[in-house]
Amino acid sequence: MSKKVNVTINGFPVEIQAGKTILEAAESQGIKIPTLCFHKDLCVAGNCRVCVVEVVGQTRLSAACATPCDEGMEILTNSLKVRNSRKQIIELLLSEHNADCTKCYKNGNCELQTLSSEYKIMTQDFLELVPLKKFSIDMYSPSIIKDDSKCIRCQRCVRTCAELQGVNALTVSHKGDKMKITTFFEKAMRDVVCTNCGQCVNHCPTGALVEKNYIEEVWEALADPTKHVVVQTAPAVRVGLGEELGMEPGSSVTGKMVAALKRLGFDSVLDTDFTADLTIMEEGTELLTRLKKALVDKDETVTLPMATSCSPGWIKYIEHMYPEHLNHLSTCKSPQQMFGALVKTYYAKARNLEPDKIVSVSIMPCTAKKFEAYRPEMYDSGYRDVDYVLTTRELAILIKQAGLDFNKLEPMKYDRLMGESSGAGVIFGATGGVMEAALRTVYEIVTGREVPFKNLDILPVRGMEGIREATIKIENPLKEWAFLDGVELKCAVAHGLINAKTVMDSIKSGTSNYHFIEFMACPGGCLGGGGQPIPTNPEIRKKRAEAIYAEDRGLPLRKSHENPEVIKLYKDFLIEPLGEVSHHLLHTKYTKRERF
Amino acid sequence: MDPIQTLIKDLADKHGRNRASLLPIMQGVVEIENFLSERSMAEIAREIDLPAADVYGTASFYSFLETKQTGRYIIRVCKTITCAMKGKNQVLFAIQEMLKVKMGETTPDKRFTLLQTNCLGWCHKAPAMLINDDVYTELTPEKVRDILSDYMKKDAHH
Amino acid sequence: MANSHQLKRVDFIFRNENDWEKVLSATIKNKPQELINELISSELKGRGGAGFPTGLKWKLTAEAKSDEKYVICNADEGEPGTFKDREILSRVPYKVFTAMAICGYITGAKKGFIYLRGEYKFLKAELQKVIDEFHYYCKETGLDFEINIFLGSGAYICGEETALMESMEGKRGEPRNKPPFPTQAGYLGKPTVINNVETLVHAFTIFKYGAKKFYDLGVQYSRGTKLFSVSGDTPKPGIYELELGMSLQDFVYEFGDGDTKAVQVGGASGFLVPRKKFKDAAIGFKGKLTGISLPTGGSMMLFNSSRSMFNVLDNYLEFFREESCGQCTPCRVGCQQLLLGIKAVKRGEKPASYLDKLLRLTETMQLTAKCGLGQSVANSFSSIVENFREEMIY
Repeated sequence: MSKKVNVTINGFPVEIQAGKTILEAAESQGIKIPTLCFHKDLCVAGNCRVCVVEVVGQTRLSAACATPCDEGMEILTNSLKVRNSRKQIIELLLSEHNADCTKCYKNGNCELQTLSSEYKIMTQDFLELVPLKKFSIDMYSPSIIKDDSKCIRCQRCVRTCAELQGVNALTVSHKGDKMKITTFFEKAMRDVVCTNCGQCVNHCPTGALVEKNYIEEVWEALADPTKHVVVQTAPAVRVGLGEELGMEPGSSVTGKMVAALKRLGFDSVLDTDFTADLTIMEEGTELLTRLKKALVDKDETVTLPMATSCSPGWIKYIEHMYPEHLNHLSTCKSPQQMFGALVKTYYAKARNLEPDKIVSVSIMPCTAKKFEAYRPEMYDSGYRDVDYVLTTRELAILIKQAGLDFNKLEPMKYDRLMGESSGAGVIFGATGGVMEAALRTVYEIVTGREVPFKNLDILPVRGMEGIREATIKIENPLKEWAFLDGVELKCAVAHGLINAKTVMDSIKSGTSNYHFIEFMACPGGCLGGGGQPIPTNPEIRKKRAEAIYAEDRGLPLRKSHENPEVIKLYKDFLIEPLGEVSHHLLHTKYTKRERF
Repeated sequence: MDPIQTLIKDLADKHGRNRASLLPIMQGVVEIENFLSERSMAEIAREIDLPAADVYGTASFYSFLETKQTGRYIIRVCKTITCAMKGKNQVLFAIQEMLKVKMGETTPDKRFTLLQTNCLGWCHKAPAMLINDDVYTELTPEKVRDILSDYMKKDAHH
Repeated sequence: MANSHQLKRVDFIFRNENDWEKVLSATIKNKPQELINELISSELKGRGGAGFPTGLKWKLTAEAKSDEKYVICNADEGEPGTFKDREILSRVPYKVFTAMAICGYITGAKKGFIYLRGEYKFLKAELQKVIDEFHYYCKETGLDFEINIFLGSGAYICGEETALMESMEGKRGEPRNKPPFPTQAGYLGKPTVINNVETLVHAFTIFKYGAKKFYDLGVQYSRGTKLFSVSGDTPKPGIYELELGMSLQDFVYEFGDGDTKAVQVGGASGFLVPRKKFKDAAIGFKGKLTGISLPTGGSMMLFNSSRSMFNVLDNYLEFFREESCGQCTPCRVGCQQLLLGIKAVKRGEKPASYLDKLLRLTETMQLTAKCGLGQSVANSFSSIVENFREEMIY
């Protein structure tokens, strides 16, 4: 048992674990202390100062987020001194902020706006500093817009980029009035190590970092009678979208989302889960091929461990940080891009459509997917495989703009051909999900038996631990896989690029003995993606994960190789995994990039 | 390896390859190059395995680590209170007139960069200025003209 | 009338004492606890401006449990109007090193650093020579202590102790949240004593002559002597060692040019005292002095009646606007608002009453800024605006 200390908050006694901050003590009592630079994902900065409170007997106020409770402290969270100071700090922030709220993308979901509304800041006595500064807007990235005039310098983005992601694309530069958030040599985000993961966007309290939105482009496509607009929805969107539309975290809204998309006018509402299952077929086969080459043929050119390639943030990260290790990556495209390549080939043919009349839209929990769709390699269908990528948040905007009462929508089912999915496809949205899905299929291909876990739930690869490991021993394989008999398949899962870094460093130093590793750029996997509802924090991620696994359990099919539409796809079009058509449409190559 | 790479490698050998060696390494580069170019910063980041953005963010915090191209001689005239009271502006005018540059500019021959700086710690002998690391105090327009003439002569020999 | 005494010049600090090796070897024959007690009984307080009891600082660090500890000499002398540390390091650096080594002996630190501001780089080579000699002697004495020079690169805020440590760690010099204090978690997270250059010289004096000699100088709560950096409108600018507790009246009598309108005590982050309050003000740490007691890092800037107090404040605020680290809202934005605000009032773009809003702003800065810089901007701002309000407007 750890030591407890006794304090009072606004006169009421509170007993709290020693070492807890004033902010935590207040929260335990249901007292909200406003914060801006504080975020539960990040280390404490204590720089915005809006959380100041009065500790009786001290001449200065203390930052509640950064001050541990001491025995006997008398804390006042709402004294006149506190209120006046706090109000003035908000005024100061507003004076340095482009407070043209009605014309801001984050209007309605801005922490500074909420705070100034709570404190009823009605006038601006202080001088407006924004017109005096040459603020710039970086709009060159296909994923993220950075508008310095809206930045309050809380450094949440910088800490996110460093602590959660280990990318360090963003930094604080200069000092005094010139202090700002920028990149290496103030280059555009497009031209630095930025992985487009969008975690900075998700952690930004204001409109300084937002996704580049393609809402109008999608409305235009939907309104064009000559276009056939196809939409795919990523696994994690269905467990996040509800939050943007007033539901509790952890609400699973698959059917309602499909219904909404149909009402928005999409000609075909399909599922990225379908290509998630397809990914397992391709990637699983690739893994087995690599294992065979390494173990039987003793081919030294084969690179192990093999790393997953679904997460475009992770891909750009390894391209920048470990360009000499790109051979570890599976050559499989991500499910989004497999889907895109198939929509303008397989789907077009089956539906008898001209590919150039198809507009391919994807709904993703991710901002890096926007960049991925724009990669020059992603034109294998002969057209841009995916035309527009919207985040979960943008989809919610479409739904609100269309005036749909989301709660009242009757659930509907995905359209056919590329709308079927197994539970294995769904769990792609959670960290460990790709690994679990792959193991369910690979183990069965090799042994002819189901993976030896109760209910197919491979619990060791689940959870929120940054790096998780699992070993699966292969016994009594089928004849053609006899070389794998007794092999202990060593797997690892890493999410959040800071954890990817740890694993990659172990590969680089030769201390890793894994065969297969799942990497996800975002903490929690896609369900914690940069395009997911704001806020996202540890508790919310946990709830979304629970919803994903519940969805998996509830589906009749749990294994990718049993997906009938995937089976049909191979029969009618692809012939076999890693075959010639697959090679052309579903696999890709990677680019070495600079490390700044 | 080119001269910059060699310089940075030598500095890292001397000061170490960790975050705490960043400032001494940057100072070492500035001593030779007068400023930190994009190239040097990327090279420092690579050499001591730090994020390049952090190298830039740290460099830009410190007034004496210039991140823009400067001349060989950086003139930093103190602008804090006592120097301001004791004729800093006249000294500045004299320099500007002589070098034909404005504040913050570098002479076209890349010899001199004129900057202002905060308190140099010579208030009892104001006004004061630095030329690179060398201190000049109790300046007058005449005195500063003599000092600069000497630099010009010295530099002509190179 | 403040409980003060007449101006008394003293000569301890710059007294050339060639026996520092003897002082070192004699001192470390005592038990650390005895030395701490000696230091505490001297009532020496930090000479950088904040005035924390030095003995207590060393005691806390000595008590902290850690395999690694550090002693840092803060020579990032950046406060406008202060130049005494430079003089100490040019004239009696060995006293500083000796005190650091004794501190190392007491606290268990084996490594010491001098954080030398970049503006004083010209001192480095000479200091290094003395340090090399000093190391040689430490070896002779059997004392395991090593001193390194860490050079700053132009940032006033690095004089703040935790910002200085961040800077030494290769980062931006941004002050940390406190607690933890450096005595528990300082440089590289290890217990660290950080003292101003002058404080260490006084420690040398105390270990050499005993605490009593030091304690007998000065006044209650402000014991000993202090170096003053005198500049501005004075016929004799320079560095003077004086007993603490003198009245500002006496100081001006000695150093003024006969027309002194105001004195800025403690640099840009200190207080401006107008002529009418000279006799009520005493120079020393806060205590039971009657009248105004003014702590100072030693900066004394005199202004005569030809000076515009608006220009003075304008100069200070520009300094703070640039030298704020920029991380916390009240200091970063507050400094900009104060500077632009007084200009707007002066130009008539804002009414005179706007000065009151700015005064309230400085109160907020004092209450909420993360470190001493932001907190102390209020000192000069309010003392100038309140005493010379007319000069701000017309």
